[in-house]
Amino acid sequence: MSKLVMSEEETMLADMARGFLDGAAPVSKLREMRDNGVTHDAALWKEMADMGWAGVLVPEDAGGSDMGFAAANVIAREMGKTLAVSPFISTAVIAATALRQVSDARAKEALGRIAAGDATYALAVDEGVKFDPDATQMEAKADGNGFRLSGKKQFVVDGALADRLLVLARTAEGLTLFDIPADRAGIERTASNMIDARDTARIEFSDVEATGDDVLGTVDQAMTVLKPALEAGQAALAAELAGLSAGAFEMTVEYLKERKQFGVEIGRFQALQHRAAHLWCETEVTASAILNAGRMLDEDPENAGMAVSLAKAKATATAKLAVIEGVQMHGGIGMTDAYDMGFYMKRARVGAEWLGDYSYHAERVAAARGF
Amino acid sequence: MTANSIEEFRLELREWLEANCPQEMRDGGIVEDAICWGGKDWVFSSDAQKVWLERCAAKGYTVPTWPVEYGGAGMSRDQEKVFHEEMGRIDARSPLQSFGIWMLGPALLHFGSHEQKLHYLPPIARGEVRWCQGYSEPGAGSDLANVQTKGEDKGDHWLVNGQKIWTSYADKADWIFALVRTDRDAPKHKGISFLLCDMEQAGVETRPIKMISGISPFCETFFTDAVIPKDQIVGEENRGWDVAKYLLTHEREMISGGGAGLSGGGRALGAVISDTIEEMDATLRADAMRCEIDALSIGLTLERYKDQAEAGQGAGDASAMLKYMGTELNKQRHELMMSAGGSDALEWDGPLGNRAGDWLRTKANSIEGGTSEVMLSIVSRRVLGLPA
Repeated sequence: MSKLVMSEEETMLADMARGFLDGAAPVSKLREMRDNGVTHDAALWKEMADMGWAGVLVPEDAGGSDMGFAAANVIAREMGKTLAVSPFISTAVIAATALRQVSDARAKEALGRIAAGDATYALAVDEGVKFDPDATQMEAKADGNGFRLSGKKQFVVDGALADRLLVLARTAEGLTLFDIPADRAGIERTASNMIDARDTARIEFSDVEATGDDVLGTVDQAMTVLKPALEAGQAALAAELAGLSAGAFEMTVEYLKERKQFGVEIGRFQALQHRAAHLWCETEVTASAILNAGRMLDEDPENAGMAVSLAKAKATATAKLAVIEGVQMHGGIGMTDAYDMGFYMKRARVGAEWLGDYSYHAERVAAARGF
Repeated sequence: MTANSIEEFRLELREWLEANCPQEMRDGGIVEDAICWGGKDWVFSSDAQKVWLERCAAKGYTVPTWPVEYGGAGMSRDQEKVFHEEMGRIDARSPLQSFGIWMLGPALLHFGSHEQKLHYLPPIARGEVRWCQGYSEPGAGSDLANVQTKGEDKGDHWLVNGQKIWTSYADKADWIFALVRTDRDAPKHKGISFLLCDMEQAGVETRPIKMISGISPFCETFFTDAVIPKDQIVGEENRGWDVAKYLLTHEREMISGGGAGLSGGGRALGAVISDTIEEMDATLRADAMRCEIDALSIGLTLERYKDQAEAGQGAGDASAMLKYMGTELNKQRHELMMSAGGSDALEWDGPLGNRAGDWLRTKANSIEGGTSEVMLSIVSRRVLGLPA
């Protein structure tokens, strides 16, 4: 496997992303969107697409930049630092990875629209409060040559505004993944009022028609398409959480250096120094798990499962620590809405649940490690 | 190295291991007794242990990355990685461990003269000479540079007087590498030399210190008019602190590596536990999972830092992080092993062997080689730039 060091290209990509995001999507942008009840910025997404980010996993012959999973993680990480709002993970990572498992003209065209920034996607899997694809109850009843979908999905990230939905449903012999337009008759979307102020929806499907063409991959075999897509999404989300941790941590260390109490900077107090140092150690260790997950997805995707779950579990735990310590070390001001730390705390909690929480991924690591 | 040739290397190595690693040496070697330390007086625990050391030494596998002329196999970083993976694949015990390999070797390779390397390194690689480390002194503790053992310049030699403490296995070692104050007037860090000393000579005495674990790896070592010839200095006179610092970095990485195990190689703690108890309760299982996630992440970080070092970006002060994380994790692992063992683990040499002794031993991990608090202070000041 390649080295566990960022390549020159990856470092350049990170620098470029940072430069763009600092200007176009700082935390203040999220605050402004939240205050105005806006959860998606189409112009911003278009700019990201123009830079090749929407097509980061789209093959070149379909119009993408095809930079790979490690590169997608690099972008996600930078987005996490300033809590940039975009459908990057749902669309550019999850949907693109699912679509590229299928080699037909329809999938290629869909990939082209993703790369161009002309189509956004959301993944509709969850039905209960916890991520558990195997427990999918939603029914896709065979009807002539097609299907009729009925049921409810929740926690559909980017789901209220996405152009298209990837929907997991139960068919006669297993699970099937459908790729359908979000405005199809019988689909009712209700935006959830999420703590992280991002687009998320509850969606009800009432006898929604789907044709054989709407099936992504093969009927009853959703996982051949969905598994790689989920793993790519989980890795990118882990990277976003790692970026989030880094952003929260940076704010905290700056605060320790400037805030004075008892006549000195609070960063002089060993009790706080050691906690900050411990947190930094955790972020370093997490970075390795993320880098490894990206490398595995690019170079040995069949066996990337454990690396991905390791990254998601570790990043979830570290993000939790980073925001708890962030608020605590900021004291009262950290609890105010006027201060940004709360945004980090809320996004970290949502990220912890999305695509499998700590326990879900820890169980997968344990299984892979033989216990 | 190309992917092809590295795969060829892997297959050759796999074949060699299959043919040469005795079956008894394929148990991962997780107990203290499994370690082969070597040295003049070493008594092998089995014929297999002896054969395994000899075969590995002949191939340079006891120190895979050292140059061939100094007893190593001259492996590249990629090859070394494969070496550990393949050793881990068959759960092979390490053929030889020693402070000579972990600490003195790297220091000599960096600071030693060609003659010194040729003289001292091959016997280390073959497990013929066992070394110990003379750093700590009574009253110095974490303030390591506060060395009082003094070396008087007598022309062709130094006359050394003083006392060292916590010299691990000094009673079993053949030679000691020690920090000695050779200039009393210089500032604390500037008057120290790094000297090599034969422990069989007159004026060097050791006394074991009995520890809470019931075993005594640690000793006090006394120097009374001990003679150390001038050619037994590593690096420049009065610049021994540079050598010591370099070596400490290796020690930290070594301790953390021992705690975390390398990614890929080595069995999961949870798997080891489930060997001995039928069903883990939910708490133990959750703790084992958390430990495993941390162990794998730390193992990957060790890999990443090595890859960085090879790319010319040394870890520097960040190695304090590895030491801190690795040793704290090792303590947690042994806590869980104790929980898993229940009352069986509470006996000295009981049904689970010396599990209690091993557990007690790990409590020193966060003290030796710089305490966890010192490591955190290094990170907070030098990495994060918090005010002192």
